Amino acid sequence: MTDVLLAPLAQPRAEGIAALHGAIARRRAMVLLAGSLGLVASLVLDVATGPAFLSPADVVRSLAGMAGERSVDAIVWSIRLPVAFVALVVGAALGLSGAIMQTILNNPLASSYTLGVSAGAGFGAALVIVIGVALPVPEAYAVPVMAFLFAGLACAGVYAIGQTRDASPEMLVLGGIALLFLFQALLSLLQFVASPEALQQIVFWLFGSLQKATWGKLAIILLVLVACVPCLMRDAWRLTALKLGDERARGLGVDVRRLRLRCFALVSALTGVAVAFVGTIGFIGLVAPHVARMLVGEDQRSFLPASALFGALLLSLASIASKTVLPGAIVPIGIVTSLVGVPFFVWLTVSCRRAFW
Amino acid sequence: MKVAISQLAVRYGATQVIDGLDLSAGPGEILAILGPNGSGKSSLVKAVAGLVPHAGSITFDGEARRPGRIGYMPQDIGARAALTVLETVLLGRLGRLGLRVGEADLAAVDAVLTELGLHRLAARYLGELSGGQRQLVFLAQALAAEPRLLMLDEPISALDVRHQLEVLEIVRRLTVARRLTTLVVLHDLNMAARFADAVAVIRNGRLARFGAPADVIDEAMLAQVFGVEASVALAGDGRPNVTPLRASRH
Repeated sequence: MTDVLLAPLAQPRAEGIAALHGAIARRRAMVLLAGSLGLVASLVLDVATGPAFLSPADVVRSLAGMAGERSVDAIVWSIRLPVAFVALVVGAALGLSGAIMQTILNNPLASSYTLGVSAGAGFGAALVIVIGVALPVPEAYAVPVMAFLFAGLACAGVYAIGQTRDASPEMLVLGGIALLFLFQALLSLLQFVASPEALQQIVFWLFGSLQKATWGKLAIILLVLVACVPCLMRDAWRLTALKLGDERARGLGVDVRRLRLRCFALVSALTGVAVAFVGTIGFIGLVAPHVARMLVGEDQRSFLPASALFGALLLSLASIASKTVLPGAIVPIGIVTSLVGVPFFVWLTVSCRRAFW
Repeated sequence: MKVAISQLAVRYGATQVIDGLDLSAGPGEILAILGPNGSGKSSLVKAVAGLVPHAGSITFDGEARRPGRIGYMPQDIGARAALTVLETVLLGRLGRLGLRVGEADLAAVDAVLTELGLHRLAARYLGELSGGQRQLVFLAQALAAEPRLLMLDEPISALDVRHQLEVLEIVRRLTVARRLTTLVVLHDLNMAARFADAVAVIRNGRLARFGAPADVIDEAMLAQVFGVEASVALAGDGRPNVTPLRASRH
């Protein structure tokens, strides 16, 4: 540095930094490519797995329109493919919403599941199940709509509590935890007063299940996901700046309050639509961003897509596990993600570089 | 750029932290802001950066609108994020960055990393750096904005004495060469005396003294504002040199 002091102002020497920037970008692109290939393999295996045995080759032939057997096409296209695709898009939505939460709250424990948004959706769904007979619309529509609305309500509640202290990350996290306990208590109350049939329905909904997936539901979730991604990517640098703390981000010209508000709206939409159709699925939103962070860092241009990608991959793998752990039975996906997610999460946190959080 | 501050007042809730402060700084000039802990130094810089609500007027070349190119380095250096030094410094150019980073932005970052001797750290993660290294990285971030107005809040507090000298030398050189207006909050009176063109001493949110270092830094001011008995000698270049002796008894 001292030599530099004696020299005239440093001339740009961009090839070194440009080369480094290019190398970092290429390495991250390779991670995303490897994850995508894993995703395709997992999708094929997920479709192949189930009560009726299909080989991955059968699945690939059917997907390519060359199955030869109608029964194989029927199983692949009508039954298993919507479920496998819904696992991907729900996993992506949960991974993405977890990544946003962890970034805007600067907290590695933040996710829709740990901060009450999923619990809010669960309460909304349970409310419909308990008072279902009194509603003018069929329960099949009312449950996802109310789950979606209550996810939004929970998000709004967290933000409103956070607002009391300038929407600081600490206050927002405390607000989220308060709402988590509130919705869990309300849910317990509903379970207490529910009829045995309603109680069974609530419990099953809360387990989370991909088995009711349809092409229509897939389209809705995909639509929300596709709408949210460009909004997020437009804010990628601003979100990266937020990782350096509120004051520094403001100093760099970020309107922190509006950015958080925008992001909360997106989290609400992503979590709401994911949970509405498949029930509460834990740990994906918490774990996927940690995997992404370890592999690509927190430059949000890579971190957000990687979180979505690994969320999709994790839920797809969990879907395969849910059909194979108990022969002849499909274990609810929410149980699998939690059972597999906990040890995986512990391993991740233990092995994660101290420098990251 | 001429920065003129008139009757500035900053209040946090019921606490008035700055009250009726008048100051000015010009291009090619370093204004050091001195004062005891809690006197309002950081709040003054934040008000100029537009980060806290305030009363009174702050003008930039006679206009109330802040210039786009401001380099601001806050006091806090405790950020823990999985961001490389390169990405952190690039953020200094936030307003100009697209999803694909342009060559001009990379060239500007390269220049500032070279300037501060941080090239070898470019691929390292922030959390892997020492406090002093992080302070240099955040200084690089402020400089990467290619600012016309540079505001540094205690930029050398975590640095060893050699790096303190080197950083202030660089700030001095860039201030002169690029005609920057530089506001720097310092605790080290001798560094302020050595590198600043003007010194503003703040006490309880009010301006206690303002002028050239030799006119401001004297034994009376140190006793009155800092509560310190000290001897002040003028060096060969006419700048004051402070030797603190003991804390005064109140």
